[in-house]
Amino acid sequence: MSKQVRQLDRVIIRFAGDSGDGMQLTGDRFTAETAAFGNDLSTLPNFPAEIRAPQGTMAGVSSFQVHFADHDILTPGDAPDVLVAMNPAALKANVADVPRGSTVIVDTHDFTTRNLSKAGYGQDPLDDGTLEPFQVHAVDLTAMTVEAVNEFGLSRKDAARAKNMFALGLLSWMYGRPVEPTIEFLTTRFGAKPTLRDANVTAFRTGWNYGETTEAFAVRYEIKPATMASGRYRNITGNAALSYGLIAASQRSGLPLFLGAYPITPASDVLHELSKHKNFGVTTFQAEDEIAGVGAALGASYGGALGVTTTSGPGISLKSETIGLAVMLELPLVVCDIQRGGPSTGLPTKTEQSDLLQAMFGRNGEAPLPVVAPRSPADCFDAALEAARIAVTYRTPVLLLSDGSLANGSEPWRLPDVDALPTIDPGFARADAPGDRNSDAEGSEDQPFLPYARDAATLARSWAVPGTAGLMHRIGGLEKADCTGDISYDPDNHDLTVRTRQAKVDAVAGTLPPTEVDDPSRGVADGVGARLLVVGWGSTYGPIGAACRRARRDGYAVAQVHLRHLNPFPSDLGEVLARYDRVVVPEMNLGQLALLLRGRFLVDAVSHTQVRGMPFKAAELADVLRAHAREVESYAFPQSGNVAGRIA
Amino acid sequence: MTAVDLPFPPTDLTRDGLAGVPTTDAPQTRKEYTSDQEVRWCPGCGDYAVLAAVQGLLPDLGLVRENIVFVSGIGCSSRFPYYLDTYGMHSIHGRAPAIATGLAVTRPDLSTWVVTGDGDALSIGGNHLIHALRRNVNLTILLFNNRIYGLTKGQYSPTSETGKVTKSTPMGSVDSPFNPVSLALGAEATFVARTVDSDRRHLTAVLREAATHRGTSLVEIFQNCPIFNDGAFGAMKDQDSREAALIPLEHGRPVRFGAGGARGVVRAGVGVRVVSVRGAEHPDGVDESALLVHDAHADDPSTAFALSRLTDSGVLTQAPIGVFRQVERPTYDDLARAQGDTALGAAGAGDLAALIAGKDSWTVD
Repeated sequence: MSKQVRQLDRVIIRFAGDSGDGMQLTGDRFTAETAAFGNDLSTLPNFPAEIRAPQGTMAGVSSFQVHFADHDILTPGDAPDVLVAMNPAALKANVADVPRGSTVIVDTHDFTTRNLSKAGYGQDPLDDGTLEPFQVHAVDLTAMTVEAVNEFGLSRKDAARAKNMFALGLLSWMYGRPVEPTIEFLTTRFGAKPTLRDANVTAFRTGWNYGETTEAFAVRYEIKPATMASGRYRNITGNAALSYGLIAASQRSGLPLFLGAYPITPASDVLHELSKHKNFGVTTFQAEDEIAGVGAALGASYGGALGVTTTSGPGISLKSETIGLAVMLELPLVVCDIQRGGPSTGLPTKTEQSDLLQAMFGRNGEAPLPVVAPRSPADCFDAALEAARIAVTYRTPVLLLSDGSLANGSEPWRLPDVDALPTIDPGFARADAPGDRNSDAEGSEDQPFLPYARDAATLARSWAVPGTAGLMHRIGGLEKADCTGDISYDPDNHDLTVRTRQAKVDAVAGTLPPTEVDDPSRGVADGVGARLLVVGWGSTYGPIGAACRRARRDGYAVAQVHLRHLNPFPSDLGEVLARYDRVVVPEMNLGQLALLLRGRFLVDAVSHTQVRGMPFKAAELADVLRAHAREVESYAFPQSGNVAGRIA
Repeated sequence: MTAVDLPFPPTDLTRDGLAGVPTTDAPQTRKEYTSDQEVRWCPGCGDYAVLAAVQGLLPDLGLVRENIVFVSGIGCSSRFPYYLDTYGMHSIHGRAPAIATGLAVTRPDLSTWVVTGDGDALSIGGNHLIHALRRNVNLTILLFNNRIYGLTKGQYSPTSETGKVTKSTPMGSVDSPFNPVSLALGAEATFVARTVDSDRRHLTAVLREAATHRGTSLVEIFQNCPIFNDGAFGAMKDQDSREAALIPLEHGRPVRFGAGGARGVVRAGVGVRVVSVRGAEHPDGVDESALLVHDAHADDPSTAFALSRLTDSGVLTQAPIGVFRQVERPTYDDLARAQGDTALGAAGAGDLAALIAGKDSWTVD
């Protein structure tokens, strides 16, 4: 039977099922196939905090959305073109997000009275007309799976568990995905259990063949590979990229990496990943609590390692005192906060960017530290390297603010040339090095070492590690006398050192590149150009960028700035903000960056916020930007048709 | 989840707490270990005696001075590192064991000491202390126990006797105290000792054993606070009462104390008890041969625990001193480093380019 083939430029698929149905794995595999095929892609896993919520309930629904395209895309997509629902609860939890006319594939096996009622359905949605707006494929995937794997003699339960591979096979057929990567994966994964391996491979192939042969699926879709810059690529999640960035920082600085961490969602995967790479000189220490995690990291830094701690918001609260000590000791420390919904325990598996002010100000006293944030999963690599560069160069704790959607989301990553990565010079103090002593005279060995003497450019103090002859000194959390580091309660000294620690952090701005402004309308024609600037940070880069593209396609002029450095801000940021009539700041909090921008630059920034535990939808943000653009009459020159108008 | 038999301890793991720390043959003096900072404890504070003992011991250890680090928390005793001319960190309240753990794991070439007090180690930092002990990180922890909060001017501490009247407990404290030795033994410590600030010789001997033990050594030091808890250890120090109050523990020797060795310790049920030893004074006493012979190296900590219970929980009139327990167990830091070496041996030095490329990369031309 020959099937119709339809060309598409992009597709959004959401796999949804019970927590035990293997939806994350299914999504991961579809993503791997898609990456191998050469589409650009972006993913959004979404799962409950409970490991196994009661089966069949709304609380237990887990989903994985993947957006892939023949062009460069920025987000996991707003609304699915295809929803795969493995049970009634998965359908109920997700169907509201599905636009009219989209495809819904339902495994009918669990549509029993009992399971319908568990999901809160009074009537069977497959029969009562509620799914009429969609193209529905109601198929008993489970029964077909069980039948297909019958020959392997598995228990009925084990046989049914392969249904996710059947669904993956079907979707892989629909979108022309290569099957080899998945078969290879299953072969490796179940290498020690040949029966399970064969059952899963068979379920996967049967799903594919089902699509190929059944008349129910009349159309296959083709999404051509995206044109991407040449290079070597892989797909990567934010937490993996962050881990690799830390290892890269260790390699490029020559400092052994020490991670002190306590398990916490969604940061634990960094601990898991780094624990696998001890042959890179990585030491991972699973501490008794968050405080010990950061304490041990600081102790390792004191000894000359690259001390790192990873956590989420609640952990930062516990670590605050030690981070303050690191500010006082002026030792390098990288603190990674993989943000999640708060306050308190909040939404452990959902995303939010509400720890910015905690990162900035969440310590007693004047305790400034640099804050950096990645903008996409792959960007976590560069952000981690940058955080380490600042920490080591300036002898300071640095807060790296990732978040749950970056941590678990993935995208293709063009691999950097590792030899071209920046190097980081630890510049350890030595007794015989000039400048480390209180005298330029000959025979200066008799002069006391000045642990708080500073480099003129960076204001960084000496990093004299134990074991260095002639530089023995004591440091601590009590206020330090300038230069000598002795305990000092002197009022003038305190005023000086508080200001000096601030000045040191401010000095980081001197090493930052100018703010990158994405303003296609700028300089194109006289008198026309963007009057509207949208400023963001962190994981909102994708939705904001996609919203800008949509608004621009409609003739609005919108400029975009996305900040890597939240503290200090780039030196030219105030000037950039002043160029625009209106500055809009979308954030997944109640306006934390907007508050900082208003306070720092007296700019009347307009905050647009959402705290739903989910990323912004590009379409909704585009509406917001269009409305602002109309209000400030921010129009581009007439569209000539060749302006990039692809949906991202 | 499965547990694997670790290919450890590697046979070459040392039992010397100072192995790996560079040594010197050059004679060292107490003065070299004295920093230029003015010591600011109250007159008569027991901390002076401990500082003097440590400054006396360190030159004897023959270590390169820059490879010695003292990490402290917060409290009177935690000012200790400022007065020693070694590397030192005066950190934050209760966290010194955690900080020292990171240092010890990454720097096997350092002799790492922790200085803490009863509030620092047992109250705000209790968690870090017990986990350092169970991990057996190669640290020497000096726990200055004055049974009071001194730096905050006299509140009761987790080792104060029940009923203690202080500024925060005008009607008497209602909580039961910790026995630091019992706590450490319960936390799987491999070296637990107790000594007294005023007995320079005993203090120095115990500190030496603690420093050379590989693993976490916990030394409780009875330390007098002349301002807020003066005389808390009076019975231990007074010439007239000392002999009857202190029960010296010496490995391989019967546990016997009091004037003329008139008192001793025997097993009793699951514990131990104090008895009179037969002699002129106690003709009906227990025969010397029935006394408990102290075995600090016993694998089972039960007897050491029983001995620790001979300490009064209220006002102190009786307490064993000496090394309760000293056993060998691989240290966390040695094992962690051995895993690193194993990984390096198995996979070779990490290749960053190969790591980031992973197994599923593709090329776009």
